[in-house]
Amino acid sequence: MSAEKTITITDSTGVHARPATVLVNKAGSFASDVTVEYSGKSVNLKSIMGVMSLGIPKDAEIKVVASGSDEEEAIEAIYEVIKKEGLGE
Amino acid sequence: MSNISGIAASSGIAIAKAYKLAAPDLSFDKKKVEDVESEVKRLSQALETSKEELEKIKSNARKTLGDEHAEIFSAHLLVLSDPELINPIEDKIKTDNVNAEFALNETATMFIDMFKAMENEYMRERAADIQDVTKRVMAHLLNVTFPDPALIDEEVIIIAEDLTPSDTAQLNKQFVKGFTTNIGGRTSHSAIMARSLEIPAVVGTKTITSDAKEGDVVIIDGIDGVVILNPSDEEIATYKQKQADFEKQKQIWAQLKDEPTVSSDGEHVELVANIGTPDDVAGIINNGGEGVGLYRTEFLYMGKSELPTEDEQFEAYSSVLEQMGDKPVVVRTLDIGGDKELSYLDLPKEMNPFLGFRAIRLCLERDDIFRTQLRALLRASTYGNLKIMFPMIATLNEFRQAKVLLEEEKAKLKNEGVTVSEDIEVGIMVEIPSTAVIARQFAKEVDFFSIGTNDLIQYTMAADRMNEHVSYLYQPYHPAILNLVNNVIEAAHAEGKWAGMCGEMAGDSIAIPILLGLGLDEFSMSATSILPARTQIKDLSKKELATFKDELLSMGTADEVEAFVREKTNQ
Repeated sequence: MSAEKTITITDSTGVHARPATVLVNKAGSFASDVTVEYSGKSVNLKSIMGVMSLGIPKDAEIKVVASGSDEEEAIEAIYEVIKKEGLGE
Repeated sequence: MSNISGIAASSGIAIAKAYKLAAPDLSFDKKKVEDVESEVKRLSQALETSKEELEKIKSNARKTLGDEHAEIFSAHLLVLSDPELINPIEDKIKTDNVNAEFALNETATMFIDMFKAMENEYMRERAADIQDVTKRVMAHLLNVTFPDPALIDEEVIIIAEDLTPSDTAQLNKQFVKGFTTNIGGRTSHSAIMARSLEIPAVVGTKTITSDAKEGDVVIIDGIDGVVILNPSDEEIATYKQKQADFEKQKQIWAQLKDEPTVSSDGEHVELVANIGTPDDVAGIINNGGEGVGLYRTEFLYMGKSELPTEDEQFEAYSSVLEQMGDKPVVVRTLDIGGDKELSYLDLPKEMNPFLGFRAIRLCLERDDIFRTQLRALLRASTYGNLKIMFPMIATLNEFRQAKVLLEEEKAKLKNEGVTVSEDIEVGIMVEIPSTAVIARQFAKEVDFFSIGTNDLIQYTMAADRMNEHVSYLYQPYHPAILNLVNNVIEAAHAEGKWAGMCGEMAGDSIAIPILLGLGLDEFSMSATSILPARTQIKDLSKKELATFKDELLSMGTADEVEAFVREKTNQ
């Protein structure tokens, strides 16, 4: 089983360093494996370099997937951060 | 001992130990390792030490530069805990029986190459972040010191190839007594920053990084542009005296701090300062400045990962206006593009950046960015005496378009119920020869001119001021420049407007008598040049200098002009 959510990035500069930092920190606080998919590639959301390497631009559609004991909470918390940072919806 | 000459970029004398801000030697050999567990442990220790250092840098940056700038170090810290980076290094050590240095280098290089290959400029720059961070770890593995200006906690003089604006922004004045570099000139960023920090600097020495060793005693003479390595006791004594004399001279200047700037025949001119951030206002007040002649707003946009918000800008502008009270504050709207890049805007690379897509050209195209800045300025306008200046205006249409956008944002704000000052003067920076030539036509529409000599000279002489081979053409006293300046001043006065100057030339002791004679109303310079300039003007007669005008304007060379002024003003 796993939990997932599809999100559209609205920030005009995409997922750049500062919000990526917040996202990775948040993902790292959960036991579940968390990945983010964009444009056919999937990377570890606990890896700053993985996230940055996707080069997620404005208007991108990304999919966050969590699997593990706290997968539901993880997805919810990450979605909250994305909204709070004005990154996407 | 040895003496090295360079360009005096910021006056004063400093004596302290050399601190080399240069890349350390990180070369290593590939080794076969049997005890892989202790090798992995060695890696973890290097990672931990690097993290501790970065935490320290981050908290320093938070204090000196604010939370925004400190955030970059949070990203750096995350790189050091990144499982996608650390796990492959550990695996490599364990399975290939190689040393940590080799495994780190292999893995980091792979990531760096991957980022470098990305299309987006911003992502390509992240390669440099990974490089920075992994270099620090490598230095700890190899037990070599990794120089870092933010970690300095004793009195030093920084020795470097060059200092970037963000390097200089990290310097702590308490410990960094001065700096000297291989490259740069009086108008390079590092020089301008040194003057605003009020620390002595000698730039353009060409060889200082190879001449000086870490820990050498260094004297920096920012008055005459000399650096002395390992001085004798006598030399130290001589320079301590020179330092004391300079302090005494500063006290004499300080007596004029609260006086207006008046020539010997009773004519008043305004001496104002160039600033980059709200923190620079203290320097203006300490040096008796009569206002801000050029507030460069670029610093709000630089060294960040995204555009500054309207509120962030409003905070900065209103802070400067409030601190300056009813004194004039000329804010230049964003002058970015060309050589001053913003990685997050992903601007196209240009063959000829100084002649390219920058300043008002970029702002009119990207009016979303421009409107945000205009709104922030308009909202701040009730906090003081705001004047708005558009940079790089080449045609009347550009000025008119910019003004329409300003009026539109003003109307919107009023509709939203926001109070906006009704008497904001709107002027232009004159730095493109086409504008200087038809200043008369511009004068009918603008409220003021401010002549930006650094660019005006390079455009008029067709010489890149950063190119050492043609730097001899950077001639502020060239009669062509003087004729353009005169044209602008006459045009302003014919329409009852004022003309200022905000390039380095405005604070130059040869140029000041010329400009006073041509009738310049406002001189904007580094804050530390204000009191020397006021002292000089006190002894000059504007009427007498005005009589030299025709003769100066018809001279053939800059040398003739300089010799003439020196003779007439006993310099």
